[in-house]
Amino acid sequence: MRLVMDAVSKAFAGVRALRDVSVQARAGEVLALVGENGAGKSTLLKILSGAYLPDTGTISIDGEPVHLDSPNDAHRAGVRVIYQEPEIIPHVSVAENVYVGGLPRKGRLFDRRALRDKLRADLERFGFGSALDPDALGSRLSPAQRQLVEILRALITQVRIIAFDEPTSSLSDVEVRTLFRLIRRLRSDGVSVLYVSHRLPEIFEIADRVTVLRDGGVVGTRDIGSVSEDEVVAMMVGRDLTGMFVRQPHDPGDVVLSVQDLSSADVTDISFDVRAGEVVGIAGLVGAGRSELAHALVGDTTARSGEVRVDGARVRIRSPRDAMRAGIGFAPEERKAQALLMHRSVRDNISLAVLSRISKAHIVNRREERQIADRFVEQLNVRTPSTEQVVANLSGGNQQKVVLARWLARRPRVLILDEPTRGVDVGAKAEIYHVINDLAGEGVAIVVISSELPEILALADRVLVMQAGRITGELSRREATEERILALAMTEPAVAGAGATP
Amino acid sequence: MTSTTDTRAEAEQPQERRSRSRLRRVLDVVGVQNLSLLIALGILVAIIGSKNSNFFFVSNMKTIGTTVSVVGVLAVVQTLVMLIGGLDISVGSAAGLTSVVSAMVFTSSHSAGVGILVALGVGVLTGLFNGVVIIYGRVNAVIATLATYAGYRGLANLVSNGRAQGYTGTDSTFVFIARGAIAGIPTLIWMLVVVALLAHLLLRYTDIGRNVYAMGGNATASRLAGINLNRYVIGCYVTAGVVAAIAGIMLTARTGSGQPTSGSQGLELQSITAAALGGVSLQGGKGSIPGTILAVLLLGVLQNGLTILNVNSFWQDIAQGFLLVIAVVIQQRRRGVRAIGLP
Repeated sequence: MRLVMDAVSKAFAGVRALRDVSVQARAGEVLALVGENGAGKSTLLKILSGAYLPDTGTISIDGEPVHLDSPNDAHRAGVRVIYQEPEIIPHVSVAENVYVGGLPRKGRLFDRRALRDKLRADLERFGFGSALDPDALGSRLSPAQRQLVEILRALITQVRIIAFDEPTSSLSDVEVRTLFRLIRRLRSDGVSVLYVSHRLPEIFEIADRVTVLRDGGVVGTRDIGSVSEDEVVAMMVGRDLTGMFVRQPHDPGDVVLSVQDLSSADVTDISFDVRAGEVVGIAGLVGAGRSELAHALVGDTTARSGEVRVDGARVRIRSPRDAMRAGIGFAPEERKAQALLMHRSVRDNISLAVLSRISKAHIVNRREERQIADRFVEQLNVRTPSTEQVVANLSGGNQQKVVLARWLARRPRVLILDEPTRGVDVGAKAEIYHVINDLAGEGVAIVVISSELPEILALADRVLVMQAGRITGELSRREATEERILALAMTEPAVAGAGATP
Repeated sequence: MTSTTDTRAEAEQPQERRSRSRLRRVLDVVGVQNLSLLIALGILVAIIGSKNSNFFFVSNMKTIGTTVSVVGVLAVVQTLVMLIGGLDISVGSAAGLTSVVSAMVFTSSHSAGVGILVALGVGVLTGLFNGVVIIYGRVNAVIATLATYAGYRGLANLVSNGRAQGYTGTDSTFVFIARGAIAGIPTLIWMLVVVALLAHLLLRYTDIGRNVYAMGGNATASRLAGINLNRYVIGCYVTAGVVAAIAGIMLTARTGSGQPTSGSQGLELQSITAAALGGVSLQGGKGSIPGTILAVLLLGVLQNGLTILNVNSFWQDIAQGFLLVIAVVIQQRRRGVRAIGLP
């Protein structure tokens, strides 16, 4: 065995990211790692790259135990992790990018000629002489070329293990072919390749074995020849659902939000309706374009084409301000970075979207403001000593409730919630579900974007599944299962088309 | 499990609040930063006063007041700009330009009102230009206003041929601004009080002020909450331009003529130092007018003290630069930025 990770565990602030994960990879094979969002793939790679230290467990390479304390340690041990977007220095040449940190010298002077000759030789040796110009600037490289540079950085050292993290997400088909050729070559050179991807067809094309992760643990490892796509999906799902909230569906009312053929830089031809009192879940894997859809919808990024109607009337949304005026509220994914004023009070945070409403001649009615803050703190059960408490001092769940309170105070017709329970403890999660349920009961049209399938299944009346910036299917509450959602989210759209209603 | 611990925490809260001492409550109202400024001011006054008792003369107090009034109004508006996460290096140059303009227009029109109005108009334009360059040119505020810092200064010298312009020392309006008094307090000080009070009320009691804090605290969150960031940025820089014009008019009145550079040079540094020392975060979103005003007083007393103690004026520049660094170091430490090297 080239790589043996034995009983590796890792927790962050008490939350288990990995428990007793054991992974083995042989020299000269491609081992695929698959799993849902949050299954622990990224944590595993970060441990391998030396970015995190495991809490318990051992790693050995070629039978020797190694201690990967930093990325440098990992490099010395012959381990390289190629991330989706490698660090490329923009204003220097490819050659310098590859050899950065170990540039050839003549005395104290940098030897440009030797560098170029060296890289030329390397490119020939590895068989992609024409794919990269040694003199091209880093900023001019395509995503595939950037990855190539990162791979070259690995190859010029004695690399024993290369791990790819979602390498094809930003590559074109032709570039994927080139990458696969390179991976096969690495394999035949006796390198052990780990391949992390959401795209099952790719895995079945390139991998020799597949290890499935779920909830931070290993479900199993199979030879690729002895397993089908459906079986892999079945291994990925099946999370513990006990204690989960299940929503009482309401009778949906009229269509409130109607989106027709919305396209932006990241999403294509999105059409869907949301009715009053309905909760529509948007599922998909990381990078499927779910958050990008929300940002395009509220005018935070420019929509190239498409039409949005609220209550039947066409609205022009060119900024989040327009969206708000049209009655659309949006609680973004990154609570701290995109929603909260961390150093200001609970009151300030709750009143932010309604300040103009409670002001006369620009003078804020402070009494009304306090009343609003008090009301929603009570209604959402925000645990804070007072509404003057600084938001940074609250727990994640209570911070999220403050974000919800801001939009509840605004009374929107449509509320878009992007990962409403990320990093929230179980108790607060259930409370947030109840809030969403109550809102729907009041006739608000709700869109919930979530990476947690049990959450989608518990909340949504209807599930839209996205992949690569498109909606690949729609499932009713009755039809929706983790298997069906994952099938729509992972397999090629053409294959998935069978079960989807466009 | 979570709920039980939480209820216990809630039960403990009132007790904790009751046990809070009176000092603590005073501290909450005044703020730690402002309290330390007050203490520093007290110590400084004690030291200077013990060395030279002339310091306590009413005439000297008035001198300090009128000297800080020009820096003061600029520090107030610098606070506003810094709260949205910006910076205006061009305020001193804009004050010089408007000083010249007010005197030259006064000379040709023989009307102080027209001179002042035109100067205010020019102030609006300087601020508007800064704002437009920053928003639509996507230029970093430091670079944009560093450029206009040079540009407006050049313009001031160009229109005035680099010389003092006009003579306003006989006009009753200008004389009133320079040496007049209301209720025994010099007009210049009143002007500072009015500007500071308006800014304070704006920031504290209006939705505009609250949005200014929100923007500086988290621009993305503010945009997603429907705040038109561009409008606020332009608005703040235009306000900075108008207040720079007020400073320019005060300069003209004090010196009796339009001054392209003398008197306005260095005001940008002083105003930024005062705001930073007063607790305005360079990242934006944090700070207040009372803090800035305390810092302005502190700097004014320091400068006055060093002068009456006959300290070489070059030392004053060094002290000023040093204070700006100290102020920012203190800020960074309070944010918890540790003294490790850059990554």
